[in-house]
Amino acid sequence: MNEERKGLKEKITKSDIWRSIFRHGYENTGRRYTLQVLQNVWLHLHPPRVSRHALNFRFTWCMGGITFLMFLVTAVTGVLLMFYYRPTAEYAFRDVQYLEFDIPFGMLLRNMHRWAAHGMVISVMLHMFRVFLTGSYKKPREFNWAVGVILLLVTFFLSFTGYLLPWDQLAFWAVTVGTNMARATPGLGHEGPFAPDVVTQANDVRFALLAGTIVGPSTLLRFYILHCVAVPLLASVLMALHFWRVRKDGGISGPL
Amino acid sequence: MEHFIALVTKPDNVPILAMLFLIPYFMWLSYKQARQTDKTGVPSDAALNDKVYVWPYLCRNEFVCAIIVMLVLGIWSITIDAPLEEPSDPTKTPNPSKAPWYFLALQEMLVYFDPWIAGVVLPGFIIAGLIAIPYIDINPKGKGYYTLKERPFALAVFCFGFIILWIVLMIVGTFLRGPGWNLFAPWEKWDPHLVVPLTNVNLSYLFGIREAATANFFGFAVVAGYFALGPIFYFWKRGTSRFLQELGLVRYVIVSFLFLSMLALPIKMALRLGLKIKYVWVSPWFNI
Repeated sequence: MNEERKGLKEKITKSDIWRSIFRHGYENTGRRYTLQVLQNVWLHLHPPRVSRHALNFRFTWCMGGITFLMFLVTAVTGVLLMFYYRPTAEYAFRDVQYLEFDIPFGMLLRNMHRWAAHGMVISVMLHMFRVFLTGSYKKPREFNWAVGVILLLVTFFLSFTGYLLPWDQLAFWAVTVGTNMARATPGLGHEGPFAPDVVTQANDVRFALLAGTIVGPSTLLRFYILHCVAVPLLASVLMALHFWRVRKDGGISGPL
Repeated sequence: MEHFIALVTKPDNVPILAMLFLIPYFMWLSYKQARQTDKTGVPSDAALNDKVYVWPYLCRNEFVCAIIVMLVLGIWSITIDAPLEEPSDPTKTPNPSKAPWYFLALQEMLVYFDPWIAGVVLPGFIIAGLIAIPYIDINPKGKGYYTLKERPFALAVFCFGFIILWIVLMIVGTFLRGPGWNLFAPWEKWDPHLVVPLTNVNLSYLFGIREAATANFFGFAVVAGYFALGPIFYFWKRGTSRFLQELGLVRYVIVSFLFLSMLALPIKMALRLGLKIKYVWVSPWFNI
């Protein structure tokens, strides 16, 4: 019986179909460990081997990985939320209410999206803190630090554009206060110093951000598209670059 | 007290409460390792060439970490609901109106500087300064390990900026600011009708200058003099300091300018809170 089962297993795992999907076996050899990483699309950004201290939680705090995980969580929950949400002044608030009270697990979905977003802001700041404390921005990783700074801003902007979408008092006034700063941009905001006379509140940088002179329905649509399409795309591109450079600049930093 | 409790228990302020614990914890964790390195020396090359396979060792760590984080996030999401207030109403301004928590350090800076500085120029300097860090920090030591001894200046400046000027200001802006953006202690009741006499004066006024053009020139002289401290220090120390020679003039100009700009915030805070100074420099085009 046992022999028979073994034969059957062998027959399956040696078949052309099986081997077209799984390129390697599962034996406990260094070669297989290497292939496991190299031949897996989800793992291939990793090198086959890392120095032992890279496994140390006390060294990395896992903060970069947690930031990426939070991004994935917001992406998945965000797509689900988009099924129930219309970015118009008439519907936005009602859709969030409907989501909270009538959709099964709607409240949980919204909570996960919001808290993962806040978690991402926390972890990205702590990640930067750790990278600074370990001096990991030093040669040859200077450029990747710069990419990381841009990613920090992108994270803030992602969170900020999402803040408006529930279209409640909290959202409306937080975004009003946040975008009011743009009025004062030197030269480009209508209340800023050195602004030429042609710069008015109907054509300055704040207007470009809000699509209006105050936060309104067109702002909602603009922030929605920025939040769901434009900024996540930018973030993804920059993250790909960031992870690639971590690898190309010699993997996780260490005293070399 | 009830207003403070209402603030602390606001669901959107949970991240700041988390930061109150996370920042000291990670400070302690890194401090311990830095002390260790400073005592025993940097690990040798042999120890660093000790490589392990990513699969299963690193992947296992990532997996366990992801599970723990998802568990925390799951519990957080089940127990605390995301806030939803009344529908937005452009005619009903809440007092105080606060930006999202991660921008509250910037909003707090608005107390001390005009919006074009606090909201645009200084954030621009923060971003430019952060990006510039690897190019102006020429100290080759302390790469890839925690240390205090080998880069005290870099660590002090960054920790001051991050902990005091970013995190602490964020906490002040979130928990201690009430109606009219007035400062309220945790045990105080928020008084929406509180009138704080604005007796602030400009620095030139304090020096007895009453005429606008003279005040303008005086303000310019003070600000220019402040930023001239950088070059003065350079030419004073250049002959004797090997560090300055290695840094070079261009890097030094950037470092000193960013450093003085950063210190301008606590200096202006001290001037405002201690001496009731409104502006240091009043010009026809802008005020600083």
